[in-house]
Amino acid sequence: MSEHSPKEIYQERKRYLFVFGVLLVGTLLTVAASWIHFDLVAWTVTLALIIASVKGFFVAGYFMHLTNEKKTVYLVMAATVFFFVSLMFLTIWAMNDAPVGTTTNSN
Amino acid sequence: MEIPYVTEPRKDTGLYNSKVGIWLFLASEVMLFGAFFSSYILLRVGAEEGSWPTELLDVPIGTFNTIVLILSSVTVVLAWSALKLNKFNQYKFFQAITILCALIFIIVKSFEYRDKFTHYDIILKDGTRVDGHLVEMEIEREIEKPDKVDLVYPVKSPSEKGIQGYIVLSHPVSYPKEKRNQGRLDAVEAVKKQEKTAKEQGNYAGEHEDQLTISLKDIVWMTNWGPWANTYFAIYFTMTALHALHVIGGALVIAWLWGPGARMWKTDPERYINRVEVSGLFWHFVDLVWIFLFPVLYLL
Repeated sequence: MSEHSPKEIYQERKRYLFVFGVLLVGTLLTVAASWIHFDLVAWTVTLALIIASVKGFFVAGYFMHLTNEKKTVYLVMAATVFFFVSLMFLTIWAMNDAPVGTTTNSN
Repeated sequence: MEIPYVTEPRKDTGLYNSKVGIWLFLASEVMLFGAFFSSYILLRVGAEEGSWPTELLDVPIGTFNTIVLILSSVTVVLAWSALKLNKFNQYKFFQAITILCALIFIIVKSFEYRDKFTHYDIILKDGTRVDGHLVEMEIEREIEKPDKVDLVYPVKSPSEKGIQGYIVLSHPVSYPKEKRNQGRLDAVEAVKKQEKTAKEQGNYAGEHEDQLTISLKDIVWMTNWGPWANTYFAIYFTMTALHALHVIGGALVIAWLWGPGARMWKTDPERYINRVEVSGLFWHFVDLVWIFLFPVLYLL
């Protein structure tokens, strides 16, 4: 994060408190969302993960200053996101394997 | 030799070196936790319907701990900005709250762990499944060499291994073993209703009456709710313990900078601020991981 004047730091602090509020509300929403009964479990999972992602965005963006960082940090993070997403896709694709015993060359 | 770029930014990266270092470290941490999250997804999706017992965790306690970690994240960033404003005492105050929050988190987590390790899950010979909190366990071994017949959980038919005795459980919940989670949920509901009715009618005998003694010879399978109890607890303990280690590690660094390490504030304040910033980045990451762990393990 670049150098800031005291006035800007005080403004930043107000933002931190705002983010704190958002995170608290997000936490309560996550719990409340788990009480809603959806026909598909996938909806419950999606909703919970969307709320968690929004909370994560606020922590990374404002507490970790990722909304205002140097290029080097973005490069490191871009590589991380690429590999992390790849890992998750590997996991998701692995679920498409035919179950054992349903193909001719496995038993 | 003087260490370069501890305060002034390098021209090519635009950052002081330890900041590049911490971001590279955090990148590797994302992959470490990513591996566990992907394992979790496979285990969760592969689990038979109704066999993933998230309801065994205490959501209010998990919510409380989430709020504690969020608060600590705010105090870390407020402490860092206090140093930027040259308000050292304010920094000390905010970071003391951070350390306190870390302590509270770990204490609460250890109570949660203890609660699970002292909860026993038992299948009886007649096909009933019972679980409850351990009150007392009396064990007698028929064989001289006790190490050969130790109770290592999960244990099958302890009496056949020459282990005799009994176990007393409080707040027992009984249901047919075939019914798995739904059977347990129904049984818990029924117990609550019974207690409520008894209280309304004024003949509730109290919690001490709500105990069950089981002879080990009637047991075909038993375990406590440790990581070995089932797939769910295996991944729960693995992920939360790894996270807890991060909390402890981060808190130790923050505490060191708050205590003995704070001498640097007088000799090299810029460098000290950078150290606090780097430790703070790690702490926010620990908070970030928990933000995902909480819904995944407690709610889904």
